[in-house]
Amino acid sequence: MRIPCPYCGPRDAHEFSYLGDATGTRPKNPSAPDAILAFHDYVYPRGNPAGSHRELWYHTNGCRRWVEVSRNTLTHEITGARFAGASIPDASVPDASVSDASEKEAVS
Amino acid sequence: MRYSLFNIVVNGLTGNRFTEPAWRAATPKPRYDVVILGGGGHGLATAYYLAKNHGIHDVAVIEKGYVGGGNAGRNTTIFRSNYLLPGNEPFYEWSVKLWEGLEQTLNYNVMASQRGIVNLIHSDAQRDAYARRGNAMLLADAGARLLDRDEVRTMMPFLDFDNARFPIRGGLMQPRAGTARHDAVVWGFARGADKFGVDIVQNCEATGFLRDRTGAVTGVETSLGPIMADKVALTLAGSTSRLTEKLDLRLPIESQVLQAFVSEAVKPLIPGVITFGAGHFYVSQSDKGGLVFGGDLDGYNSYAQRGNLPVMEDVLEGGMALMPMIGRLRLLRQWGGICDMSMDGSPIIDIGPLPGLYLNCAWNYGGFKATPASGWCFAHTIATDTPHPLSAAYRLDRFRTGKVIDERGAGPQPNLH
Repeated sequence: MRIPCPYCGPRDAHEFSYLGDATGTRPKNPSAPDAILAFHDYVYPRGNPAGSHRELWYHTNGCRRWVEVSRNTLTHEITGARFAGASIPDASVPDASVSDASEKEAVS
Repeated sequence: MRYSLFNIVVNGLTGNRFTEPAWRAATPKPRYDVVILGGGGHGLATAYYLAKNHGIHDVAVIEKGYVGGGNAGRNTTIFRSNYLLPGNEPFYEWSVKLWEGLEQTLNYNVMASQRGIVNLIHSDAQRDAYARRGNAMLLADAGARLLDRDEVRTMMPFLDFDNARFPIRGGLMQPRAGTARHDAVVWGFARGADKFGVDIVQNCEATGFLRDRTGAVTGVETSLGPIMADKVALTLAGSTSRLTEKLDLRLPIESQVLQAFVSEAVKPLIPGVITFGAGHFYVSQSDKGGLVFGGDLDGYNSYAQRGNLPVMEDVLEGGMALMPMIGRLRLLRQWGGICDMSMDGSPIIDIGPLPGLYLNCAWNYGGFKATPASGWCFAHTIATDTPHPLSAAYRLDRFRTGKVIDERGAGPQPNLH
């Protein structure tokens, strides 16, 4: 399996580390009354689809960027890849999503 | 027909004219007390114990393909109860106890062979960890022995004891662990369930669920038509999400591929099951002589029942590091199964989460050893609508309450368990 890294080009999947489902959104307010449930729903349940799957890979042995890949879990066919932006699970820098959005435009 | 030496002799002398199929080819009735989706080991064991322990005989097991064609036919046939955590160890120990009497219970030769498992130790820290685990096993009546290097060498002289990076310093042994013939386990439970009147419906795919106005599950849609049921139980392993998505359920599982391998047959070599403590590699030898081994998951979501080459290379490297003499051995077969990996590496046996639905999934890559106890506890859960004490820690809400059972301590990252 080769992943088309937006920065490095098509690279062997073995260069990447897999994080998983990219569709979750981190709850914005950790002190909300329902925050525990919201974080549970973010951390544990998965759609786990048989078919098209949006997932996060980290290019450990490459550019060290998070890449969001669209891949079919039945055939392993990859239909798209872009830099992960707002969907980075632990985006410690709030502005990262803004700068990534412009890169995303450039790549796609 | 009860299998016995007398029967073999009589049937052998009379041209097998009086033998009968081990179970009937059932066509589904319109309604059952319990419908179990998934005719693998867990589904058939559940049906068997529902009938045997709880007197519920109006049961159908619905299987998309043929019984035992999924993970029950793809595993590495090991049973053991060498776990650390209190939520796990008593459950798996009960499973080993059921394995010990399974052939007599089922009147079927499942070829259970208690040849023991040895987890190899390569460092002082690992010895401490295994000593602790061995004590946990002793507390649960599972039996455990901490072996020193010489004891391991006597048992398995062919290992690379003086490997420069991973010298072998000893091992943790569970003598009561062993292997069984995976297909025979499925066939034994199928035959046993059939004797109690359970309908085993093969080549019948469940395509959806019947629900009433309150949202309760009242039956299943299948390729052979709708089947009503008071209770619908899922034992679908890696395919669980494919059906629960029709109920808009999101479960804490990911389906990932695990590979297994068999070498060409050689003379008796490996006394029991050996696990490499420095990489991920485990091996046993089948009665036919092939070395049966495996290692890591492929590591990403997949429903493709085949494995990737980098992981194959990694597993074989692990084998070579442990037993350099297998370098001349040829690989006979390699295959992949879809594991329902959970977020804490432990299974789910529970009522719900919808009325009328019962859930048995998330067996990770360790479902085979659990087959009898899984069926035992799941049958109890279905029949009584209460969790069995042995599987009480396996409820779905543990992810909400924080009572996860994470043997590996890897967190909600299924490819690390």
